[in-house]
Amino acid sequence: MIEIKKITKSYGNHENKCQILKGITARIDDGDFAVILGASGSGKSTFLNVISGLERPDSGSVIYDGSDITKLSDSELTAFRRKTVGFIFQQYYLLPDMSVEKNVRMGADLADHHDYREIIRAVGLEEKLRKFPGELSGGEQQRVSIARALAKKPKILFLDEPTGALDESTGRQILDYICNLQKKDKFTVVMVTHNINIAEMANTVFKMNSGKILQVYTNETQKSAYEIGW
Amino acid sequence: MVVGIKDAAKLIGISIIVCCAILVCTMFLNFYFDIRQVEDQVPSGQAMIFYDAQVSTAKVVCFVTGGCLLITSIVMLLFYIKHYIDTRKKELGILKALGYSNLKIAKNFWVFGTSVFLGAVLGFSGAFILMPKFYELQNKDGILPEITVHFHPLLFLYFVILPTAVFAVLAIFYASLKLKRPVLTLLKDDLRISARIKKQEKDWDCTFTDGLKRNTLRAKKTLVFFTIFASFCFSAMTQMSARMKELASEMMGIMMLMIGIILACTTLFLAMTTVIKGNTKTIAMMRVFGYTQKECCHALLSGYRPLSYIGFAIGTIYQYMLLRIMVDIVFKDMDGIPVYEFDLPVMLISLAFFAVIYEVVMYVYSEKIKKIPVKEIMIE
Repeated sequence: MIEIKKITKSYGNHENKCQILKGITARIDDGDFAVILGASGSGKSTFLNVISGLERPDSGSVIYDGSDITKLSDSELTAFRRKTVGFIFQQYYLLPDMSVEKNVRMGADLADHHDYREIIRAVGLEEKLRKFPGELSGGEQQRVSIARALAKKPKILFLDEPTGALDESTGRQILDYICNLQKKDKFTVVMVTHNINIAEMANTVFKMNSGKILQVYTNETQKSAYEIGW
Repeated sequence: MVVGIKDAAKLIGISIIVCCAILVCTMFLNFYFDIRQVEDQVPSGQAMIFYDAQVSTAKVVCFVTGGCLLITSIVMLLFYIKHYIDTRKKELGILKALGYSNLKIAKNFWVFGTSVFLGAVLGFSGAFILMPKFYELQNKDGILPEITVHFHPLLFLYFVILPTAVFAVLAIFYASLKLKRPVLTLLKDDLRISARIKKQEKDWDCTFTDGLKRNTLRAKKTLVFFTIFASFCFSAMTQMSARMKELASEMMGIMMLMIGIILACTTLFLAMTTVIKGNTKTIAMMRVFGYTQKECCHALLSGYRPLSYIGFAIGTIYQYMLLRIMVDIVFKDMDGIPVYEFDLPVMLISLAFFAVIYEVVMYVYSEKIKKIPVKEIMIE
């Protein structure tokens, strides 16, 4: 379980200071599929960065199973990310000079995961094992980044607009992969999106605006990637 | 302005190398011109042999040092221009998209010639400051008639004006060549893999960090050259300097030692800075995933360690061969020149100092890796 208590975060200093997160409190249960929904500039990506341990808040705490990650040193935070979380970004951030297999091994080696090829197969890229990111389509690159994140066997998967750079058909396919893998492996998913339709796939939705959570609601039925609008 | 003086200031490595090259070449070539003026006054016999040896030494040192450092400066300049264009290709692409021609953009690269000018002026002036003492030591036993220091304007043209102009033109020419790419190639993120990496990607089963280590070495061969060159310079110059007291003068030994250390450190710093800067996003991504500072260092920096020791070994062989040739050929008819043999203790001391300096540099860069924020991946 992730407990977020009174998180604040600002950028800049003095007269240029801009408060992005304004005392957010929330809770995400284990195995949940949570979506952070908000318009551009609402602070949702900063919120994701803070709760995933990529950034430190100015104040407040982020508690994972009783341990406050905001109090950890840099090396402890690195160890936390290594053991606990996986990331998928809108821009994929694959290493262009490394093959699909090596990009996935980036995650797999951290968890001593020797069956990482199973995940590559699960995301439908077994034929492209020795291709390089530049030789793949956007959807295939995103699937590599999913395989890379899942290969480290994370307890929580953070996704920042994972379909933002994809067309509708590929976007649905990617979301379907993530949804099915989450149902199978029961890991927690925290996804940031500006697309209200995608929020219908979630169990819990945190609606954000101007650095605050305006509304938290639970969907009674989670829709599949092919049932939602786009 | 596309390229400013601030960018040229980053070529401090070239300034230092040019400074060392011009210092040595000016000193020896000026000495060569001045000693030639007293040729008629040299008595025959032993003095003439000594005269010939001094003339040969001046020529050999000038050509070997000057040539070696000139090539290094050119490689460094071309490398920096390529690196500059690669890292700022989006801005340059926008300029091209707006209608600026390759030559119009490339013309701004002349400012890189200023780094050569700075190094040349410092080296040239430094040579004239050291010259009286150098002349005195070269003829300390008074075998030759008194040699006075003269200013040869031709040397100023050759060693200050000409290198500056040539490097400025070279920078413009090379930049215009490198800018000959379609605008879209400059504007888009380049995900193409070099044919070299693809061809050599045979080690499919190695771990991610080992794969990254190999890729880092393959991706930039120039950095491999700089790393080997740095340790080569250190090894050759420090070991040679130890023998200069017997073969030339103590001053020459100190000068050689200083040049060796400065060159090695400058080149090594340049190579490692480029490795880190070129892999900032990779490091940030590794940190995001939870790779430790030690693992990042292993993947990116440790591949250069064996190469630097190979460079050290080449430098050791090179200095031995060069001094052997000097003693056996140039000084063969002179009395009092000791038999040259390989000096193992000097080599071991040099190796120990090299190992310490190398590890300190690596420590500095591992700290730099630690300071790279994980959010770096999100910054375009």
